[in-house]
Amino acid sequence: MNRILSTAGVEFRIALRNRWVAIAVALMVVFALVLAAAGAAPTGDIGADRLSVIVASLTSLAVYLVPLIALLMSFDAIAGEVERGTLPLLLTYPVSRAEILAGKLLAHLAILTLAVAAGYGAAALAAFWMDPASAAGLPALLRLVASSVLLGATFLGAGYGLSALARRPSGAAGLAVGLWLGAVVLYDLVLLALVVSDGGGALTTQALPVALLANPADAFRLFNLAAAQASAAAGGMGGAAAAIPLWQSALSVALWPVAALALAIAAFRKVSP
Amino acid sequence: MTSTLTISHLTKRFGGVEALSDVSLSVEPGQRVALLGHNGAGKSTMMKIILGLIPFDGGAVTVCGATPGSAAARAQVAYLPENAAFHPALTGEEQIRHYLSLRGERPAQALDLLARVGLEGAATRRIGTYSKGMRQRVGLAQALIGKPRLLVLDEPTSGLDPVSRRDFYALLDDLAAGGTAILLSSHALTEVEARTDRILILSKGRLMAQGTLSDLRRAAALPVAISVAPASGQKAALAAALPMARANGDGRLHLDIAQGDKLAMLARITGLPQVADLEVIPPSLEDIYSHFSRRDGQ
Repeated sequence: MNRILSTAGVEFRIALRNRWVAIAVALMVVFALVLAAAGAAPTGDIGADRLSVIVASLTSLAVYLVPLIALLMSFDAIAGEVERGTLPLLLTYPVSRAEILAGKLLAHLAILTLAVAAGYGAAALAAFWMDPASAAGLPALLRLVASSVLLGATFLGAGYGLSALARRPSGAAGLAVGLWLGAVVLYDLVLLALVVSDGGGALTTQALPVALLANPADAFRLFNLAAAQASAAAGGMGGAAAAIPLWQSALSVALWPVAALALAIAAFRKVSP
Repeated sequence: MTSTLTISHLTKRFGGVEALSDVSLSVEPGQRVALLGHNGAGKSTMMKIILGLIPFDGGAVTVCGATPGSAAARAQVAYLPENAAFHPALTGEEQIRHYLSLRGERPAQALDLLARVGLEGAATRRIGTYSKGMRQRVGLAQALIGKPRLLVLDEPTSGLDPVSRRDFYALLDDLAAGGTAILLSSHALTEVEARTDRILILSKGRLMAQGTLSDLRRAAALPVAISVAPASGQKAALAAALPMARANGDGRLHLDIAQGDKLAMLARITGLPQVADLEVIPPSLEDIYSHFSRRDGQ
């Protein structure tokens, strides 16, 4: 445990000095505040408090930003050690590869939590300022924070895995960008195209829920929209969210980090220094 | 006495190429052993196998009674890689504190360790601002953590100035006196001759020779060079008396004599009246090293 904590401390310090902490926090706060301000326009007749509306918008933001920040922080984790030549020495220490990854994860997850809390917190403050009834949206906000951290852990794990596979930072960066585009952007576009062409057939009713649950980003969206009262405000996915039970999306959100980390450890074990 | 490191019939292949073939050796506690060889002779490969960083194809390796790379072995072995590298954003002290934690030692010893390698003044500076020699000292400081039983040093003195080298070998002497076995690789026999107990010469993956320097000198049986200065005006007469000698531009005569003939030849030369002076030049360390590292394939 000491070894994991020490690794986490060192990684956090490195991220602090490389300004990753500042960048992640600033990114989340700026975007969250922009959303809070933009969300102020259509109001009143939705029948939800201001915070619940903002949580729905933040969910859509987090789906893009959290994986991006996670991948940006993690793609260098192993490839960078290989390139700097620090890996062989590290691996002669009495510390297992899983412990090294756990330490890095702990640090990166702490930074991500900090960024998410700062961003959502700023948006929540704005909501309370505009609408004192926002307290009704607090449970949704907490769910969003928790699920954002889990989504971040999934993509941190994926980033470590890609970093171990690529073994060079430039290659790892390319793979990370590809994963982000694929999982967060293209995946939904492809599903959308399939649903449109299927026209409400078996594909939409049978395969779509499974496909949505299989993607951590979509499962995250489903979980937050289904859990929140404001699914009507979110539009788009609201219908799909209603069709899939909450426990299924919650399970997907909770299991993905474990799976991603297991893959990352397996990939790291294959790296020969 | 149990050996700290035992290697028997070790073989390692990369693709179809044998990087190490049938290497056997052992290192006892407190022994300082130098591993010599050209680039690509297999020194680093052997060290990585001892450290458990890469697998091997044949033979057996035992490190402190355990399998290389096992938790038990890693807890007792310290390593200094060639061109030690660290994260540039950390300070020397932070880096050493981290390594201490990984070995389960108190992080508070970091400054003490840095002082032992002469880096106490730079402890709070980032490693990114260090010179190559300073990084090498950070590497050495981390290798001293927790009294390792086996110290594996890959080209440890590259990048160090002569004074630092002397300090470095003094540190090694202290460790060896405490029972640590030391295996260090080097390009140069001249540097390690007075500082190690035993020398191993590796060439193209084969162990060509091992022993003390005098063992190697005897085994190489290289000729001794004798340089004779003639008395004034006696050069022609001396050359006639020593027909096997070569005359060089320096006005002296040179002979290469086999070890066994050395004394007889010296007696003969000193008996000649035309001789003003003579010098006996034993084979240099570099000659001995070249002899063993080139013998393969010739």
